[in-house]
Amino acid sequence: MLELNSDLAGRIGAHGAQDYPHECCGALLGKDGAAGRAVRDLLPLSNRREDSPRNRFSITAEDVRAAERAAGERGLDLIGWYHSHPDHPARPSEFDREHAWPWYSYIILTVAAGVPGEMTSWRLTDDRARFEPEPISSARGAAREISSPVGGTL
Amino acid sequence: MAVKVILPSPLRPYAGHQASVEYDAHTVGDALERLTTTYGDLKKHLYTPDGRIRSFVNVYLNDEDIRFLKQEQTPTKAGDTITIVPSIAGGAADASARARA
Repeated sequence: MLELNSDLAGRIGAHGAQDYPHECCGALLGKDGAAGRAVRDLLPLSNRREDSPRNRFSITAEDVRAAERAAGERGLDLIGWYHSHPDHPARPSEFDREHAWPWYSYIILTVAAGVPGEMTSWRLTDDRARFEPEPISSARGAAREISSPVGGTL
Repeated sequence: MAVKVILPSPLRPYAGHQASVEYDAHTVGDALERLTTTYGDLKKHLYTPDGRIRSFVNVYLNDEDIRFLKQEQTPTKAGDTITIVPSIAGGAADASARARA
């Protein structure tokens, strides 16, 4: 379960709409512990993939290190990443799987014709074989299905 | 020749939840081999099945990317620090179909 409040979900949606038709991307800063995993802040990042930004995104190692520093400065951990799939379902691709690590949460947002829609979260399995859906909770005790509109009834 | 290897959060569960480990190693490759021999479940997340460091895995020796040094043959000395940092990539499927559109 990944806790993500409506404000943060709305910010991811706004980023996806702003960067449409390109893929947006950013870091999830939060806490991971026995009580669960919660996103507390976001770090929007630039998509460094200049050759095909409509269907690919790239975050450099330097940006990853900057995200780790930003998390530490806020007393948080770098717990995952978000990116958008413009005009494409919020499901991980084979390319996503090949470039993923377990433990991180990977939020995917679909943006259809510039409008943010379904948002899902995924975790890679230990054997790297597949992604498992990670249910998103909009707030404490308010679990929802992994497929929910952004910025609406979260 | 103790060299410290700093592990990112996603790899720590495969290494006894340690943030760093230390090995006697003469090269970066030595240290990574010691790491992945000691913690076998970690290996597939660093290396491809044919034994190459995965394209999205970046290895630094004292903040210098080993791609610009001697890669895994880069010599190490006591007190050096090796850091493993992923770059993040992904995207929607059907890239070829989109390119045709």
